[in-house]
Amino acid sequence: MSGNATQNLLHGAILVAGIAAPFLFPNYSFQLALLWIMILFALTWDILGGQMGYNSLGNILFFGAGMYACTVVQIGLYYDVGAYTSAFGAVKVDFTPDQYFTGLFLGIAVAALLSMVLAVLFGWIVFGLRGPYFAIGTLGVAIAAGELISAWEWVGAGGGISLPTYPGEPDARANFFYFLCMASAVATFAFLKWLYSTRFKLAINAIRDDEEKAEAMGIHTTRYKTVAWTIAAFFLGISGALFGNMTGFIEPLEVAFPTVTFGIFMVLMVLLGGKGTLWGPVLGAALFHLIKEVTWTHLLGWQWVALGLLIIVNVVYFQQGILGWARDRWPELFGIRVEDRQAKAGVGQAEAAE
Amino acid sequence: MTPQIEVTGVSKAFGGVQANRDISLNVPAGRITGLIGPNGSGKTTLFNSVVGYHPIDAGSIKFEGREISKMRVPQIARLGMLRTFQQTRIYSEMDCVQNMLISLPHRREGWRTMFGRFTAEPLEKAEHLLEFVGLYDKRHLISGDLSFGQQKLLEFAMALMNEPKILLLDEPTAGINPTLINGLIDRLQRANSEFGITLFVIEHNMRVIMNLAENIYCLAHGELLAEGPPEQIQDDQRVIDAYLGAH
Repeated sequence: MSGNATQNLLHGAILVAGIAAPFLFPNYSFQLALLWIMILFALTWDILGGQMGYNSLGNILFFGAGMYACTVVQIGLYYDVGAYTSAFGAVKVDFTPDQYFTGLFLGIAVAALLSMVLAVLFGWIVFGLRGPYFAIGTLGVAIAAGELISAWEWVGAGGGISLPTYPGEPDARANFFYFLCMASAVATFAFLKWLYSTRFKLAINAIRDDEEKAEAMGIHTTRYKTVAWTIAAFFLGISGALFGNMTGFIEPLEVAFPTVTFGIFMVLMVLLGGKGTLWGPVLGAALFHLIKEVTWTHLLGWQWVALGLLIIVNVVYFQQGILGWARDRWPELFGIRVEDRQAKAGVGQAEAAE
Repeated sequence: MTPQIEVTGVSKAFGGVQANRDISLNVPAGRITGLIGPNGSGKTTLFNSVVGYHPIDAGSIKFEGREISKMRVPQIARLGMLRTFQQTRIYSEMDCVQNMLISLPHRREGWRTMFGRFTAEPLEKAEHLLEFVGLYDKRHLISGDLSFGQQKLLEFAMALMNEPKILLLDEPTAGINPTLINGLIDRLQRANSEFGITLFVIEHNMRVIMNLAENIYCLAHGELLAEGPPEQIQDDQRVIDAYLGAH
């Protein structure tokens, strides 16, 4: 099918561009890695926000939890975490390459698992809430998590933790994390592409359209909601683990649980690209990241104003987002069939005749 | 034979308003039972109590001999008791076939079915049922774009897709073009006779309910006023008074 061929070509082109990017623009490899993380943010936010109709403002919780879980594993495998953090990096600690990579990959795995456990636990509490109450409830959980970590001495409290240093050249380190970010975002996309071809997608779409009806039809709504959040948490936990290691130093409020920056960006990127679609979050994330970086460079001092303006225009005049707009304009391209006026008139007559 | 639904002494109040008082009724399996009454007489409240939408204050509700008054809506639905809504409810951003596919029974759902793809068999069934209600030509349209009457038909088809043992229909003909009503009555009767589904129907249209039901209960002011076959209910002076506002 030609549609499939175009799609494969697009996938291939993005993969090739993704692999070539850090070599073509080595100075931007951190920004490019961040772009993949943004794509992952938008994709995972859309599972609930777009497909299930639950607008979470607290997904950043899993990002921060994953970041801290990974860090604690990386250090805790070889040192006493309390002693390490209380010394604020004054003790010279060395990790052999072996120790470093073992700790990192084990840490990523623990980050993903812990985030899933948290999603089940908090899901049990917040999924009793609907609409704006759910949004505020999840926001509260994320803010509370940041404050709790700020008070927890063992993990460095508000002072934060320095991460083990990468055993290699800075360029190698940048590329290493770039490709891990790219791999996790691509894995998220591939997983969701599969997920959205199963019964799961129809069930969460049903919850979005009318949850009470879904319950009345016997759908296991609580189970679907919890699993959906757990999937988002899994990938967000990984992204947190990676981001912590990319920055090299983490602390609770600005890096791990940035509810007003990353936490809100997730929502905005999806709204910009078009929620409830697979490509919308990807497109939205790429555009948003580009606009954000350009305004940060060329409109310094006014960057938040520019961003605010974009948000207002998006939310007031362009709610369906780019792909949402395209879907309304050319529904056939998205596999949606609409009857033309003539057919509609014909049906009206048939109805009257019956 | 024990009745499929056995309601005994059910009362339900919202604040100071006594919506249902000490109501007892039986819905026999395989039959069509009607529930009528003036506006505000507590019909929908009784439906909501039966399907587990809200807890009841007193009494007992049994489904096939099993107490269900403490169970929640999805659990009761998975036992095989489904309801349709007075204000038609469908999944409005999905197309008709998707609406049907997600209405497959959820009784034995494990991880594999949760993440499974749809095979040809349920698709065939969905299309067959859409044909049964006369929506086959519109199966790929977004359901929210259908007319109100068509949405009602879709909701009915979705209920059949779920293979219920009993269907509670809340005003199935309300808001439907009068010329379509006969077709709908016919389909309700066929759902009962061909698929063996018990029907328990709230209806305001007297012509419809008198044609459809074998036994009718009439509520007024939250209490059970009369019970009997259609002819008897039609001539019951208490029922006539209730509808004309003599109470």
